[in-house]
Amino acid sequence: MKLITVAGPPSSGKTSVILKTIAALGLPEGSVGVVKFDSLTSFDHQRYDEQQIPNQTAFAGKICPDHHFVSNVEGAVEWGMKKGLSVLVTESAGLCNRCSPYVNGILSVCVIDNLSGVNTPRKIGPMLKYADIIVVTKGDVVSQAEREVFAFNIREVNASATVLFVNGITGQGAFMLARYWQDALDIRTLRDRKLRFTMPAAICSYCTGETLIGEMYQMGMVKRMEFDDV
Amino acid sequence: MKALDYAAEVSAVPIGDILRRYPLAVDYLANMRLDRVDEFKTLPEILEDVDEDILEEFGLDREEVIFHFCAFLEAFSRKRDSVEAISSITILGGRDKAGRPEMVELTITPGEVVSIVGPTGSGKSRLLEDIECLAQRDTPTARQILINGSVPDLDKRFSAGGKLVAQLSQNMNFVMDLTVQEFLEMHAKSRMISGSAAVVEKCFAVANSLAGEKFTLDTKVTQLSGGQSRSLMIADTALLSSSPIILIDELENAGIDRREAVKLLVGNEKIVLMSTHDPLLALRADKRIVIRNGGIAKVIETTAEEEQTLQKIEAIDSILLDIRNQLRGGGVVAKESIPEFQEN
Repeated sequence: MKLITVAGPPSSGKTSVILKTIAALGLPEGSVGVVKFDSLTSFDHQRYDEQQIPNQTAFAGKICPDHHFVSNVEGAVEWGMKKGLSVLVTESAGLCNRCSPYVNGILSVCVIDNLSGVNTPRKIGPMLKYADIIVVTKGDVVSQAEREVFAFNIREVNASATVLFVNGITGQGAFMLARYWQDALDIRTLRDRKLRFTMPAAICSYCTGETLIGEMYQMGMVKRMEFDDV
Repeated sequence: MKALDYAAEVSAVPIGDILRRYPLAVDYLANMRLDRVDEFKTLPEILEDVDEDILEEFGLDREEVIFHFCAFLEAFSRKRDSVEAISSITILGGRDKAGRPEMVELTITPGEVVSIVGPTGSGKSRLLEDIECLAQRDTPTARQILINGSVPDLDKRFSAGGKLVAQLSQNMNFVMDLTVQEFLEMHAKSRMISGSAAVVEKCFAVANSLAGEKFTLDTKVTQLSGGQSRSLMIADTALLSSSPIILIDELENAGIDRREAVKLLVGNEKIVLMSTHDPLLALRADKRIVIRNGGIAKVIETTAEEEQTLQKIEAIDSILLDIRNQLRGGGVVAKESIPEFQEN
């Protein structure tokens, strides 16, 4: 089974890109599945159901979404194997910009949209920096110049990635993405594989349910800001 | 030069000089939150003073920062145009939605304009997409696209991705909060064009000559009218975009000199494909592709008779343009603005 990890900011068009790319793969119905990792709510399963795409949704709830992803992705692979899928896509939303849910050797796709501002690629961090393929959406509503500057800013952060423009509505460009998916690594399990980048550090008092503000309530991993002297 | 070849230079030369040699390197440092550095120190010296925790946030240690910096310099010092010169593209027919073969072999060269006509949903966009992804009988239409008369190798097909084709459509807007000047400078910088001031100046002048109403360099791009935006996009695509092929999806007919716009694009040795129903544009093209039911039904060469008709259409168009200008100037449109048509 080929595994592909897709990540990106909310509403960047991940689900649309995945749906169009699955269509472009042209594999038999039911052989490509999706596991969606989200924080609180998600309506994407309806869209996958409509297309008869086997799917599962996992909610991180109060757990850090990245930590939640990494502790469940192996289970996702087991589910896909049992289902007899030939391609499994994990879709991660609700991640902070510090995160990159990418695994060594596994095709990693980051989806960002042109409308989010030209400097966004420089702010996203590891999610963009460690991706193999960066898919840019919503290019049909901005100028050619903005698309080019956006792609340039992506290259400044991640010079080795392939940048593809995909239109999530018409599917333009999904064909090329599907070509890359076809070459993704075949795996049976994720056990003992390594993340490309460490997960955000956690375990401070707030991770464990503290709600009061003040130094005396802070324990564990805490990072203090240094303000200019006044 | 390989990335490692830069390592010696980066280790020995103060960062101030490196930044003067490679102006873009400033962005790399800014992305690493290293934008305020002592320019007399080398990068390794600077990194000695940086808290390891900060580097760790970026997932790098000191050596990796230096390596990544070298890789950055290498990536942006590569020959500017990795898109090789294109002397022609050829469309080899596939089949339409009913599976009927398209009997077409059409070669287009730079400076040529081809229009694409057909009802909505007939498959015009599909054709543009086949060209964009250099289809090799592996898209639903089974068309094949040749570059310079031969099959592009797979590597090129992927590496050219997104760079081969520039697109313009009337749904496109500017979303950046920049002035016209800042906008053009930003685009020129991303193309790593030397002497960008002159290019920016030229681009601005050309855009203004296309626009019905003039704008200034310090106008915000988001405040431009539809016609002004389109003019700026066309001038920018013609002069600043690296893509040798331009796909146009309808051009508005208000507030922009369409004839000059097309002339500008072909004059810059671009291959122009234009999906349009505007007779002024469709007949100005050298050929037009007729799409029906997902396939290329035929290719029509613009006839001499059509060229004569085009002149009449242009005359009608300039009458309308004149009336539009009268309105814009606050005038009252006189009956004589429109000459009497002959009855026959």
